[in-house]
Amino acid sequence: MDRVLMKGNEALAEGAILAGCRGFFGYPITPSSEIAEYMARKMPTIGGVFVQAESELAAINMVYGGSSAGFRVMTASSGPGISLKQEGISFLSEGELPCVVVNVSRGGPGLGGIQPSQADYFQATRGGGHGDYHTIVVAPSGVQEMMDLTMQAFYWADYHRIPVMIMLEGTLGNLMEPITVREPVTEFVDKPWATNGCKDRAPNVMNTLHLDSDFLEKRNHHLQAKYEKIQQECKRAETFMIEDADIVIVAFGLMGRIAKKSVSEARKQGVKAGLIRPITLWPFPDDVIKSAAQTAKRFLSVEINMGQMIEDIKLAIEGRVPVEFYGRIGISPNPEEISRQIINIAAREGWI
Amino acid sequence: MAKGTVHFVEDRCKACGLCIEFCPRDVLEFDNESINILGYHPVVLTKPESCTGCAICGLMCPDLVITVEKE
Amino acid sequence: MKTVFQKPKSLQDNKFHYCPGCTHGIIHRLIAECLDEMDIREKTIGICPVGCSVLAYDYFNFDTLEAAHGRAPAIGTAIKRLLPDRFVFTYQGDGDLASIGMGEIVHASLRGEKITTFFINNTLYGMTGGQMAPTTLLGQVATTCPYGRKAEWEGYPAHMAELLAGNEGAAYICRTAVNSPANVMKTKKAIKKALEVQQRGLGFSMVEILSTCPTNWGLNPVEAMKWMEDKMFPTYPLGEFKCVE
Repeated sequence: MDRVLMKGNEALAEGAILAGCRGFFGYPITPSSEIAEYMARKMPTIGGVFVQAESELAAINMVYGGSSAGFRVMTASSGPGISLKQEGISFLSEGELPCVVVNVSRGGPGLGGIQPSQADYFQATRGGGHGDYHTIVVAPSGVQEMMDLTMQAFYWADYHRIPVMIMLEGTLGNLMEPITVREPVTEFVDKPWATNGCKDRAPNVMNTLHLDSDFLEKRNHHLQAKYEKIQQECKRAETFMIEDADIVIVAFGLMGRIAKKSVSEARKQGVKAGLIRPITLWPFPDDVIKSAAQTAKRFLSVEINMGQMIEDIKLAIEGRVPVEFYGRIGISPNPEEISRQIINIAAREGWI
Repeated sequence: MAKGTVHFVEDRCKACGLCIEFCPRDVLEFDNESINILGYHPVVLTKPESCTGCAICGLMCPDLVITVEKE
Repeated sequence: MKTVFQKPKSLQDNKFHYCPGCTHGIIHRLIAECLDEMDIREKTIGICPVGCSVLAYDYFNFDTLEAAHGRAPAIGTAIKRLLPDRFVFTYQGDGDLASIGMGEIVHASLRGEKITTFFINNTLYGMTGGQMAPTTLLGQVATTCPYGRKAEWEGYPAHMAELLAGNEGAAYICRTAVNSPANVMKTKKAIKKALEVQQRGLGFSMVEILSTCPTNWGLNPVEAMKWMEDKMFPTYPLGEFKCVE
């Protein structure tokens, strides 16, 4: 395994290829276009398929077709493009079609801005389309994770037969860091359900229409059982100095990276702070938060939005410990800005 | 004149009448005595001797009711 | 006596849910007959639309997908590019193809995707109860143009065969009808030709097939066949609009 200086977006795209992704369907949108550009260069050289679709809506349906044909496939977009894909993601979820959808997040709502954002959290974790469904959502916070979580995403997608979303801030996409390039994946789940021609078998049908209500209910219970299993197996979070922490910061992605430095800063000034960085946004790592809540006196959710993940933190804690929020829009605060928030809370509460 | 015959899967027939309309020999009619499972009067072959097995009835049937045989 | 006409292997035994006299059933059978005759049932993937033929996956006896409304050409694009030796077709109505899916069908033909589209034009939305479609004729009454379609209000009918024939990526585009034995036989020939164009990888192929909707036209099946000729043919002339070879 060699060390290579790589840009986030390209590490993600290379991770997909190493994971066996052979179909990419995209549409230009800042700040995610580099992933499509990488795939446009690379796919033809490895016998893969790259299509720039006429819209993000067409692209997600190409993902639907490619996945149903049994291939590992991916699309990437941002803000408005991800909104256009929601119907398709709902179809992919009901059809239990594995795929990876990348949201290189940008400011919203509306055409918004191209600065970093985490304001698509609800859309990603609650399901932005119609019906009761979830996708697994992972949030990298560095270039190594951009590669590793992409490979993990493809594994989970095939293993659980579910769309997996990778949600990252545009900043991470443009960040360059030396990373370890992983070995290509060689073992794959087989897909007897694929619609790739019924030679030597009965025809397969990939259909999400269920006019019979009993069957539709049965389908929904089937999906929920799958989500239960995923809740058991797939929760991931990084923790930092939470064992004796009075105040626990909860922050993911880019913010998780910045908040880590703020915790060290606050510690230097005598405040016992700690960090929980959710890596999976769905399933939300509520177990880690519940256990930290037994000792911590305060939680602070730090996000690049107007307050969304704070709801999942409150749900996990169920009122036992107060939860506060600090958020910015359009810019990612520097570490000092957050450590000041921590120290203010500590002073107000008389811990220092 | 060629000789042919037709068979009907009676319970698929929706009495749309297209086979009757396009049969060049007028050998088909609704069986007003019986009603099939869908609640329609199915079509029957009333002049077997005139059927040439041309299969136009089958061609125009939207519901795969008709099989045609020919010498 | 030898059997000269029977159910093709590429169709299941399920009864069709279509209204009496609806010619979807004829078109399903013609496609299935062509797949049998070309012996490609096991290599074919059909993509059904949202519309009356949404349930076609219960009728076709080969791998099928049910697409989101209008998106079948995008789905077909991915499958065909990933599995170039398979036969991929989309089966779409006029709401699915000419309204919500206009972007997808135009770009599939612009890109010259080597898929085949069977476009069933019955001038309105059947499944949802007879609303106006892009193909509704001027003056024709539908539930959402109850005073008869007026160009001033509802614009002009969409001539899809002519529209797509202008794209270089289109290799074979024609329009046929299934309102008479002769036209049914011509439709079958066109379907086979389109599939052969796909087999030879010449580019995008589409057969627009004028079809009846007795229920929503308010006519009995035989009258509907006549209405198609009298009313639809003038707006939608039959013939080949693009044929590269």
